[in-house]
Amino acid sequence: MTGSLLGTLHALFAQGVQMTLILLLAPLLTGFVRKVKARLQRRRGPSLIQPYRDLRRLAAKEAVIAENASWLFRVAPYFIFAATWVAAALIPTFAANLMFSWSGDLIAITALLGSARFALALAGMDIGTAFGGIGASREVMIASLAEPAMLMIVFSVALIAGSTQLSTIAGFMLTGAAGIRVSLALALVALLVVAIAENGRVPVDNPATHLELTMVHEAMVLEYSGRHLAMIEWAASLKLMLYVSMIACIFLPVGLAGDTDSPAGNAVGIGSWLVKMAVLGLALGVAETAVAKMRVFRVPNYLGAGLMLGLLGVLLLFVSQGM
Amino acid sequence: MIGQLAAVVVGFIALGIIGILAARLAVGRILVYGGCLVLCAMLVSGGIAALGGGGIERLILPVGIPWVGGHLRLDALSGFFLGLIGLGGGGASLFALGYGRTEQHPGRVLPFFPVFLAGMVLVVLADDAFLFLFGWELMSLSSWALVMAHQDHDPDPAGPQPGYVYLLMATFSGLTLLLAFGLLAGADGGLSFDAMRLHGAGPGIAAGAFLLALIGAGSKAGLVPLHVWLPLAHPAAPSHVSALMSGVMTKVAIYGFIRIVFDLLGPQDWWTATLVLAVGGITAVLGVLQAVLERDLKRLLAYSTVENIGIIFVGLGMALAFRLNHFPAGAALAMTAALFHALNHTLFKSLLFFGAGSVLNATGERDLETMGGLIHRMPLTAFFFLAACMAVSALPPLNGFASEWLTFQAILLRPQLPQWGVKLMFPVDGALLALAAALAAACFVRAFGTGFLGRPRSAAAAQAKEVDVWSVAAMGGFAALCLLAGIVPGAVIDGLAPVVQALVGARMPVQLADPWLTIAPIAASRSSYNGMLVFGFITLSMLVTIGVVHRLSRGVRRGPAWDCGFPQAAPDTQYSATSFQQPIRRVFGVIFAVRDTVDMPDPGDMRPATIVQRRRDPVWDPVYAPIAGLVGWTADRLNVLQFLTIRSYLGFVFAALVVLLLTLAIWP
Repeated sequence: MTGSLLGTLHALFAQGVQMTLILLLAPLLTGFVRKVKARLQRRRGPSLIQPYRDLRRLAAKEAVIAENASWLFRVAPYFIFAATWVAAALIPTFAANLMFSWSGDLIAITALLGSARFALALAGMDIGTAFGGIGASREVMIASLAEPAMLMIVFSVALIAGSTQLSTIAGFMLTGAAGIRVSLALALVALLVVAIAENGRVPVDNPATHLELTMVHEAMVLEYSGRHLAMIEWAASLKLMLYVSMIACIFLPVGLAGDTDSPAGNAVGIGSWLVKMAVLGLALGVAETAVAKMRVFRVPNYLGAGLMLGLLGVLLLFVSQGM
Repeated sequence: MIGQLAAVVVGFIALGIIGILAARLAVGRILVYGGCLVLCAMLVSGGIAALGGGGIERLILPVGIPWVGGHLRLDALSGFFLGLIGLGGGGASLFALGYGRTEQHPGRVLPFFPVFLAGMVLVVLADDAFLFLFGWELMSLSSWALVMAHQDHDPDPAGPQPGYVYLLMATFSGLTLLLAFGLLAGADGGLSFDAMRLHGAGPGIAAGAFLLALIGAGSKAGLVPLHVWLPLAHPAAPSHVSALMSGVMTKVAIYGFIRIVFDLLGPQDWWTATLVLAVGGITAVLGVLQAVLERDLKRLLAYSTVENIGIIFVGLGMALAFRLNHFPAGAALAMTAALFHALNHTLFKSLLFFGAGSVLNATGERDLETMGGLIHRMPLTAFFFLAACMAVSALPPLNGFASEWLTFQAILLRPQLPQWGVKLMFPVDGALLALAAALAAACFVRAFGTGFLGRPRSAAAAQAKEVDVWSVAAMGGFAALCLLAGIVPGAVIDGLAPVVQALVGARMPVQLADPWLTIAPIAASRSSYNGMLVFGFITLSMLVTIGVVHRLSRGVRRGPAWDCGFPQAAPDTQYSATSFQQPIRRVFGVIFAVRDTVDMPDPGDMRPATIVQRRRDPVWDPVYAPIAGLVGWTADRLNVLQFLTIRSYLGFVFAALVVLLLTLAIWP
């Protein structure tokens, strides 16, 4: 009895560590990508921990909200943050089969991010300004292609691994039984396309821009300030972390700890996760520096390509087991 | 139990008569809707008892065709759909207790509302073709009368007449079902369903009966391309009736399809599954795309009904495919997903129509472009409408997500189906459903965002008042049910098990045995979802975050909107519903052959700039318009026959007689 209680506490602790780590490290990844981009542009750039300072400053400030803002405007940032955090908690970052990992699969993660986006788009429309509307309208247009593309990727991976649970998928990928498959490669490319669009990175959106006519995410959050803005910024960092961790977990599950591993195994898991984040963050920074932002009405073509790649991967899998 | 349910039908008819007599009195409204509420509660309890009991009860009434009588039967399938009727009907009655107060012509609504419910109950209870079709026509005609109730307030008098189109399509659907039962009954003409089950139609007959059932039930449910009447007729009725038509009557049509195809007909060919899958997927995407482009709130909801019917038919198509390939576990999963989605759609679509009705009562408007800011004036309605928007957009932790998740899990089973047609339809439908789900979210962000958020776009919206307590109670109850079905989906899945067992010969594993109430369709390592934990975690982390952040922060101050430093006072500068859909219209416009004509005057020219947006209905214009044209053309040609002399008419009669006699003589 004591043993099982101890086991439960241990599992609970591991899950808590995962949730805390992904939450606390998310701004660091954002800061790291900014630093990489700055260095590539021969700037010194802000310090790595600048995002933390920003969050603290925003959280402490007085929030100014518009006179006609409704309760939805004030609740949405917390809901967005919570939904993104719960989705991120379902990703096996350093260890698979965590205590609550089975409470949602990849489809649920996609849908949780959809819930957060739903709330964000509504918050953008709450004040009744033109910018909020333009951002929300473009966001749902992008989502209407990015979400099905994401689901096609989920389908590809799930059909190969025989599961939509990320822990099972990671375990399957670790065994190497997947081998090299065309559909997996298509899914990877599609996932990169979707991840860039979902996180509002160049070439779809520019997280650093404040040029009104081109922005999407920034237009929706234009009216936010203080603690509400802090929540939204943190949720955006978390989402980036979530996608990068998801790519790492599916396609690079090396070093991932199992549920029975010793503290040493978990330490290896954390170490390898940090290395993977650094490598992928570096790649993101380089890629963003290398390409230019595209016009908003080019984005559907870009995402349509992602959707088609995903669908092609799924079709191949339905047609043939070995592809 | 079944005698009690038959008495409920009689009770509904009696309430209809009371409705005729007491339509002008306030007490009439309370009697009719209160009575319907009580009878619907009896339906729900009877339906749940039938689901739990699992047995089959029969009753033969002395009414009906001579020497056949009226056969009634209560099994798990009819029990589930009776529960749906009771739930949707009860909610609509509760809503109407308050909403009906503003009805200008209660005499046009009160007599037909209970009869409409009686017709639907009769369809579900019927165990012979005559009673089934009688109930079906009762349901069609009484709902037609309800559609006609507000005919004089048609917002688009130049367009097709909702009542006329509905009557035509309802007749068509009744006729095809009549023929389907004719084929099933065979040459001996056994009209009872038991005789049809025994009869076992041959392959050609079965194929014909299947097609006729798909067309007949599908046109009532709103399958593309037979859906054209639905977005006209459903919104035209008073809102509680719209809720009943969209939320419940389409389910009765689905019941008809399931009863004929899964129960009365034997095993089918593989092309039937392919056809249902193809039609379902196309219906889902086309329905939601038209919903995104629609400005009229009630029509938008009706198009969204078309989408959800598509999702349900995809589930049914998968169940057919799995059943004919002897994969009962898969068939059970797909069938459960379809029935679960039917229940969810009843819940959230009724709620959405209640919300639209409340807005209509408060502002007198159905057009999204004249709403705005209603969240301040009607906070409760807005809150419940928001819950339904999230449910219909398949967002966790609400119920719409649970059933779509099950549908996706059924697609992902990837059985080794030998038929290429079916095999290819699975991934294609997966992509179409994913697209439909994402577009539904876009559609309802737009509907809620322009309707309830922002600033009022008209004086009526600025002066709206929250609706009465009955309406709010109906909406609140349904919102609670949406949440409940979303966080304990296992209870619904287990409740559906007897229905699924009877239809496909297998059931999903017991879900409520899991201590955490996680649902796992096949195995937990394969896929699992726990709505309760997701809901709990979101709530908990929201509360913790709010607690922590509020400790750090220095509070909130209200100020003018920032809007990049140039706030515009006029509410017209907001994004409108039309501008919101513009990007999606551009991306998917090719389906509707959209064309925008901009007339921009030269500088110095004083005339206003105009933009004309055109879109072509991909079904009405190529399919229905030519048929209507052909009918008109033929009628014109035949018109001459009305102005002949008596000699010519006598000549015609004589010629007809000769032809008939000749035919009789030549006929072998």
